[in-house]
Amino acid sequence: MFRVIVKRLLTGVLVMWGAASLIFLIVRVAPGDPVTILLGTDASAEQIAELTASLGLDRPLLSQYLTYLTDVARLDFGRSYLLGQPAMPEVLERVPATAELMLTSTAIAVVVGLALGLLAGSRPGSIVDRIVSACTIALQSFPTFWVGIMLILAFALAFRMLPSAGAGTPAHLVLPSVTLALPFTAIVARLTRTSVAETMGEPYIQTARSKGLTERQVLAGHALRNSLIPVVTVVGLHMGGLMGGAVIVENVFAWPGLGSLIVDAVSNRDYAVVQAATFLIAGIVMLFNLVTDLVYSQLDPRIRLDGAV
Amino acid sequence: MSPLLSVAGLVVDLPSPAGVLRVVDGVSFDIPEATTVGLIGESGSGKTMTANAVIGLLPGGAVLDGALRWRGEDVLRADPGRRRRLRGREIAMIFQDPLAALNPTQRIGRQVGEILRRSGMRRDEVRRRVVELFDRAGIPEPSRRLRNYPHEFSGGMRQRAMIALALAGNPALLLADEPTTALDVTVQARILRLLRSIQRDEGLAMLLVSHDLRVVAHVAHQVVVMYAGRVAERGPTSAVLSRPAHPYTRALVQSVPAVRTRTAIAHPLPGAPASPARRPAGCAFHPRCPLARERCRSEQPVVRQVADGRWSACHFAGEVSRS
Repeated sequence: MFRVIVKRLLTGVLVMWGAASLIFLIVRVAPGDPVTILLGTDASAEQIAELTASLGLDRPLLSQYLTYLTDVARLDFGRSYLLGQPAMPEVLERVPATAELMLTSTAIAVVVGLALGLLAGSRPGSIVDRIVSACTIALQSFPTFWVGIMLILAFALAFRMLPSAGAGTPAHLVLPSVTLALPFTAIVARLTRTSVAETMGEPYIQTARSKGLTERQVLAGHALRNSLIPVVTVVGLHMGGLMGGAVIVENVFAWPGLGSLIVDAVSNRDYAVVQAATFLIAGIVMLFNLVTDLVYSQLDPRIRLDGAV
Repeated sequence: MSPLLSVAGLVVDLPSPAGVLRVVDGVSFDIPEATTVGLIGESGSGKTMTANAVIGLLPGGAVLDGALRWRGEDVLRADPGRRRRLRGREIAMIFQDPLAALNPTQRIGRQVGEILRRSGMRRDEVRRRVVELFDRAGIPEPSRRLRNYPHEFSGGMRQRAMIALALAGNPALLLADEPTTALDVTVQARILRLLRSIQRDEGLAMLLVSHDLRVVAHVAHQVVVMYAGRVAERGPTSAVLSRPAHPYTRALVQSVPAVRTRTAIAHPLPGAPASPARRPAGCAFHPRCPLARERCRSEQPVVRQVADGRWSACHFAGEVSRS
């Protein structure tokens, strides 16, 4: 097990190098440059040349890339052009808010999604199953930004129950985390439903019944764990994907997390901050994937990560 | 003495896209205490459905009629709780494919001991009993093997584990649904011998469901031959196989390839088995029957006693062994 983790972490370094390079390239290929944004359109040619030189942007791209890589290896992402502060601490400061949002959404999605999936999957074809299936298809089809705006219209403007923007109190957390959780809940519910329905048709479920267990004992003792194996994988992988949703949700609800920082940094061409934030997200996603694989192998004894079959 | 289980006029209707299918149509037979009854027939003959009806594990939507008298009590009409408590503790079942029938994510010892654990037995007691059961089922090194998962067992060992699992609740009747079909031929014989010795030593009654005449001939005291959801013939195994009282049984016996003779497949049964969806009128076997005449096409034969302990559903049972 330990050797596998080490091996996975080493390949992770390669992945991170790829991610860092890709970010570097995309940021520079994208139109617009930080100098005009910082100085405004009426700056003189000398001012522009001076700032470009001081930011190091006049050097050839390859030399910029090599400096960048050696800095990244030391986890130094340079200073934010806009704030003059080191970029990484700026980014890390925003992590707790995003983590709060992501963990709350995941908790909602897992609890509600599993409950709905179990309810529907243990009685395939029933009325409950049909209602759950219809609702989850609908939830998965609505775009996140639209759901966010609708929730604001309903709960913040019409009913005046919840704040529409900002952070700080638990009430502020409700709308953004629910918005982020809805499509995730639908995915978890649909997958759990399919998986439970499939597992309940397995011959070993008949064996469990032939022992005189109640349906509840059969479900909890034999079907649940086995039907959760694919669900764990998807939850783990999707938690990484939640980062993408967080960018949209944080902007709709003015949530002070990584997502809104990235959007600000991109519109200001604040290269250092964009690079630091994206690098961090790539690292988090990779870590989630590793943890998912480890949990998966613990749930299913047929899968041994040791590689010795 | 009344039999342990009496199946009387059992009917099983299953919903299907083509309408309701009568997969079991008025089946009757008895299982006396400490006796092995073989249930034989082609696929689609309703033999597995009969066994599933006995233990109460039919697919959803199945409608039953007739009677299942367990020690005189009609359990077909008993409440679901009573039927459930019968399972495992009085009637146990082993299945065709032991790999699929064992939970892949649980240690085998845990699965075998589950029924004991759930009835409130202490952990060390359960463990001791599981080791005994493994031993009884012929699994070597029981205390080590009970920590294994099903995928770490061989096919024969899995079926042994399945037998240990079925014996855990100390049942009076063991249903074995094609217990050797998924196994290698060399392993088949060992599992059959094990089943026979367990049946004898524990005084168990056993219902052995099989399509293989040789399996039934080796193990069963009595045999019930099913065709298209109905009983064709039943009686003591040796008598039925040596002097069949139904043309279908005779055809089955003749279709078994004899190893020593040169004609490997002497007389394969002509025609396709009747499916419950298109069951012929009259005697369901008449399209394939060499003795069939006008009466067989229109009148459905009843199962009647043709000799002491011998029952046949052929209008012309007397002619079968003579012809």
